[in-house]
Amino acid sequence: MGSIKSEKKEKNNETHTHIISVLVLNNPGVLQRIAGLFTRRGYNICSITVGSTESPNMARMTIIVKGNDKILEQVVKQLNKLIEVIKVSDLSVNMCVKRELCLIKIHAPNESSKSQIIQYTNVFRGKIVDLSQESLTVEITGNSDKINAFVDLVRNFGIKEMARTGLTALMRGPKILKSKKS
Amino acid sequence: MKGAEAIIKALEYEKVEVIFGYPGGALLPFYDALYDSDLIHILTRHEQGAAHAADGYARASGKVGVCVATSGPGATNLVTGVATAHADSSPIVAITGQVPTKLIGNDAFQEIDALGLFMPIVKHNFQLRSAKEIPETIRSAFNIAKTGRPGPVHIDLPKDVQEEELDLDKYPIPAKVELPGYKPTKMGHPKQIKLASSHIFKAERPVIIAGGGVNIANATSELMQLAELCNIPVCTTLMGKGSFPENHPLALGMVGMHGTKPANHAVSESDLLIAIGCRFSDRITGDINSFAPHAKIIHIDIDPAEIGKNVRVDVPIVGDAKLILNNIVSNLIKISMNNNGNREWVEYLQSLKKSCTPKMDYSDVPIKPQRIVKELMNVIKELNIERKSIITTDVGQNQMWMAHYFKTHFPRSFLSSGGLGTMGFGFPSAIGAKIAKPDFKVISVTGDGGFMMNIQELGTIADYNIPVVICLFDNRTLGMVYQWQNLFYGKRQCSVNFGEAPDFVKVAEGYGINALRITNPEEIEECLKEALISDEPYLLDFAIDPSEALSMVPPGGKLKNIIDPITEHPNEKVICFDEIKRRFLEKGSNKNENALLEELSESEKDEGIKV
Repeated sequence: MGSIKSEKKEKNNETHTHIISVLVLNNPGVLQRIAGLFTRRGYNICSITVGSTESPNMARMTIIVKGNDKILEQVVKQLNKLIEVIKVSDLSVNMCVKRELCLIKIHAPNESSKSQIIQYTNVFRGKIVDLSQESLTVEITGNSDKINAFVDLVRNFGIKEMARTGLTALMRGPKILKSKKS
Repeated sequence: MKGAEAIIKALEYEKVEVIFGYPGGALLPFYDALYDSDLIHILTRHEQGAAHAADGYARASGKVGVCVATSGPGATNLVTGVATAHADSSPIVAITGQVPTKLIGNDAFQEIDALGLFMPIVKHNFQLRSAKEIPETIRSAFNIAKTGRPGPVHIDLPKDVQEEELDLDKYPIPAKVELPGYKPTKMGHPKQIKLASSHIFKAERPVIIAGGGVNIANATSELMQLAELCNIPVCTTLMGKGSFPENHPLALGMVGMHGTKPANHAVSESDLLIAIGCRFSDRITGDINSFAPHAKIIHIDIDPAEIGKNVRVDVPIVGDAKLILNNIVSNLIKISMNNNGNREWVEYLQSLKKSCTPKMDYSDVPIKPQRIVKELMNVIKELNIERKSIITTDVGQNQMWMAHYFKTHFPRSFLSSGGLGTMGFGFPSAIGAKIAKPDFKVISVTGDGGFMMNIQELGTIADYNIPVVICLFDNRTLGMVYQWQNLFYGKRQCSVNFGEAPDFVKVAEGYGINALRITNPEEIEECLKEALISDEPYLLDFAIDPSEALSMVPPGGKLKNIIDPITEHPNEKVICFDEIKRRFLEKGSNKNENALLEELSESEKDEGIKV
């Protein structure tokens, strides 16, 4: 029995990345309340995105957390305790659509580097959103792996500035996050 | 009607009887509205006192306690009291004044981000931005505070909102409030309840840990039913004291760091642990890996986040302890559980209990605290006020002596700051308890350290003539710190001595309060009787033995590993100001005064050049 238990324990201790989708009331201070919870309990946020939803009095937060199963369980439970949190869901990685947007300003002083970057951008289905004598700004959307790959590709040109939004996600299929009641 | 009047109306609607508070600039409209109201307002001498009093009121009565304070410093002074209530799941509503909405964010006079300040230490908080939010917000606040796992709710109340006109016909106080994100679970899961019942049926060495949740859920009679039906011994946490009568043959006393030997042994050797309304804090479990190593754990709690937080749980049951225990008991009756199964186990624990009955009848001078506790129990029994008395304790040795030696038999009769361990809680919370239960005798047992942290509330009990009896365990030492320094820091006592000041009897007399100093153990009984019969505020200053300490489990240690204290007279050297002055001057002695002055004028010159 002991061995089964310890095996289970080891499994629980593995660190995973989790995508947590949180539906909250769109009240002033709600972001602080959520962020404060993570700080207070010592959980690490990898990224957090916040935005409006189909309903004006609600907002959706997509939080990426790294931790083992025990930490994740606590994160979900503690979030659920907050009065302004309507629903919390751990979106399993395969069962959701996830996207991140990234803006990259790339050093491009001559035509050849410009045309090369434009080619790369096309392959990654990105967009050139700004152009100047010595730089290009590219908008690229996708999951984090795709963006990482693009960033690696253009690194040699020299990345002058970059802004990533962090991941946002929705469940696949007809299911939606609903209030705790229903 | 003005916003402030609407708030009073909303408070009256919640059947609030009394408010503990302290006025100030940002609350003037509120206090003006209070002038025409029948609500009783108790003016404390410090906002912290108001928060603790509201907390004591809530703990003694089960109703929501209300405290108010002004913006800025008023709000910060409330913080400790609100955090104390939060740690012990006590339902209070704390209202703070705020600068007018137009000035918020401008660093106005007495402005502070109260919403952000209270956020981590409350169950929920609100900031009102307009008077029309008042009816629903106040209703929600009380609803949140008292339902589910109770806790403090804070409302930040800008001054202009208090002054704004509000038509209550247009925005009436709602009979019910809908909070889409708040649906506490009450009923336990029937499958889990069944599973728990079958575990209890099979167990050979079961033990119950009753936490504060049993008191809060008023589940004491259900707990008794379960324990007696299945012959299960019961130990309690500090917050669970009173949930099970401690003179009962199945009672084992308190478990944990300062727990009794039978309780700690029972938990360590059990094969089934039934934890009800307790959160397995580090003070209960000690070393988590050796906590109840052979036991299956059933954990009943209304807060799902408490389950699995600190210890692994085999049968989690989320819901109201009263309902769940009821269901378990009726299940067990159905499967005709008899109470003979655990006889050997219970007999073993009872013999353990007998073998470590603490010695209480010391006649030493200075007085041993055990003797005071013994006399206190006797006097309460003799005066026949066991059902009608409430003890509040402070934090530290006095608290642990009381938890350990004082036998509590009724719920809500032993109030103590468990989670946060707030020194200064004991005395003001006794004021709240006395207001909540005016026909009860309320005794505030406190140490001199904690008492001095809110000693100003003597003014409150003097002014309102609130007959609280203060039993001061006076050893001029921060006893618990002294005890730890002796045990774990090689007796290096640092900053634990208080010296001779003040003369507490004179302080009390300065407030016009009866006071007695007791140095002889033979006088204890008589003095206690005098104070308790008098129906007046009383301070009993017991000069106790400063070397007295309690056995304990070292922090993070195994529960069975109870170590004896080192009882030596504290002998810390206290330096006086003359010595401090001498040392400071000595340091600067290579520079005479003129040199210092020259240096000063030169630095001024430097600045002048810069400008």
